[in-house]
Amino acid sequence: MLDELRDLYQEVILDHGKNPRNFRHPEDANRTAHGFNPMCGDTLFVYLKVDEKGVIQDCSFMGKGCAISTASASLMTEILKGKKEDEARTLFERFHQLCTEDPSAEESEDDDMERLEVLSGVREFPVRVKCATLAWHTMSAALDGQEEVTTE
Amino acid sequence: MTSMTEPKPRTAGHNQPPALDVDRIRKDFPILERQVYGRPLVYLDNAASAQKPRQVIQAMTDVMEGCYSNVHRGVHKLSQESTDLYEGARGRIAQYINAASSDEIVFTRGATEAINLVASGLGQGMLQPGDEVVISWLEHHSNIVPWQLLRDRLGIELKVVPIDEQGNFLYEDFLALLGPKTKLVAVTHISNALGTITPIADIIAAAHEKDIPVLVDGCQAVPHMKVDVQALGADFYTFSGHKLYGPTGIGVLYGRKDLLNRLPPYQGGGEMISSVTFERSTFKSAPHRFEAGTPAIVEAIGLGAAVDYMNALDFQAITAHEQDLLSYAETRLSEIEGLTILGQAEHKAAIVSFTMDGAHPHDIGTIVDRAGVAIRAGHHCAQPIMDRYGVAATVRASFGLYNTRAEVDKLTDALHQVKELFG
Ligand SMILES: Cc1ncc(COP(=O)(O)O)c(C=O)c1O
Repeated sequence: MLDELRDLYQEVILDHGKNPRNFRHPEDANRTAHGFNPMCGDTLFVYLKVDEKGVIQDCSFMGKGCAISTASASLMTEILKGKKEDEARTLFERFHQLCTEDPSAEESEDDDMERLEVLSGVREFPVRVKCATLAWHTMSAALDGQEEVTTE
Repeated sequence: MTSMTEPKPRTAGHNQPPALDVDRIRKDFPILERQVYGRPLVYLDNAASAQKPRQVIQAMTDVMEGCYSNVHRGVHKLSQESTDLYEGARGRIAQYINAASSDEIVFTRGATEAINLVASGLGQGMLQPGDEVVISWLEHHSNIVPWQLLRDRLGIELKVVPIDEQGNFLYEDFLALLGPKTKLVAVTHISNALGTITPIADIIAAAHEKDIPVLVDGCQAVPHMKVDVQALGADFYTFSGHKLYGPTGIGVLYGRKDLLNRLPPYQGGGEMISSVTFERSTFKSAPHRFEAGTPAIVEAIGLGAAVDYMNALDFQAITAHEQDLLSYAETRLSEIEGLTILGQAEHKAAIVSFTMDGAHPHDIGTIVDRAGVAIRAGHHCAQPIMDRYGVAATVRASFGLYNTRAEVDKLTDALHQVKELFG
């Protein structure tokens, strides 16, 4: 039984779930949003520092969530640092596809997508897709200047 | 403080009831034969909704195949037969909870609608700004939000009886909240999130001493213990069919006849009126006054069949069986290091809510699901309780009459796998 679950709970996820990176609330964040998953009560804040050229200089988060949502948030903060706003949005779109669509749909060569590949296991667990995408929804809300977002 | 509705303490008393024939019961529930991910289903989400015995499924099929028609509306044969079955179900449900008359049984969509019906009625001129409604910390959202809506609309106040760390209803604090402005007490009989059985008979007696009516949310009680609304003295008692091994879409508001007939209508439409002109309409008396429109006919008949099913069993045996599962589950789960059970009230129904160090309830839910074990992970529509314990969610295993010790073992094994993965 554990073997079937290893697809979902890969080592990277367990690691990021237990020791999330960029788990902090920086004073100088200039875009912030709160994301909430009403189904399980998971809640997190995403903090972005975006410079005048639209480049994400810093990205971090805080919150309470399951291994999937925490690991996804942690990976996201690592990946988004140094990205432009529109690049971040495009990544979100591609990540969402990764979580919901057929695996063969995209064999990615790009490093970022390859790192996110570890989360593609949620495809087999439809109710967990929202866990994986909560941080990304929240990030995108922060970029849009929207302070609250729920995954309904 | 003891009351006649509470089951005996966990260890069985001196006169043991005959054991429940669980093997035979399991054969009545077709869904228990199915596999989940190649493993036999272990259904431990009964507090959310229970599975249905063949007898209920058959009764519903029989109506639709044999005599289905609208009720109370036709002179034809089918309408008469359907009406008889529908009203017959009402009568047997009345007996099930020992209502004085079937006129005291209003069919609703479920407990939620039943509570909203009472709130709506009281909100039509029966409550004044400053009046108080007393609820408890143990309530399901459906017994919180309707009163909040009334509060916001009418300026009434909501008072909340606290619980202690074990999840016990704090009776002394409750007494202190009853005052001259208290117009209603609305409390649960059993908490769906923690399993606490409240001292409902005492609560009602204390409220009645001050002439305050009491609404009891009996959702989690009617499937698991013998409920006698007259012995309790309940003024209103609500429950949902789907947790009582019956269908969805049907529930019950029991109300004392005099109270129901003082309550203004809930919704307007066909069935609930005596006469209608464009100037004015006059309304039927309860229960039909509250059943506007075509009701859930087949579901009501299905609920009648669920009640028949329960009546054919020995309630003492059901309670003893479920209490055995509870203590066995608590023992087995306590063996797991880092597992904390929330809610250890003195009187508890077979519901175990818990958390595990290092593993989020949602992850636990996914992992045990792969072992075929269905449990609930979340806030159980009782967020104030979660806040009380400082958690966002718990895992909840809730037992029904068809569950077994072997299934508790399967849950325990699956939780060991969680430990292995999240270590
Ligand atoms: C204690 C309690 N009250 C009320 C309800 C609401 O029941 P329903 O959703 O069937 O209306 C539930 C169901 O979860 C419950 O457990």
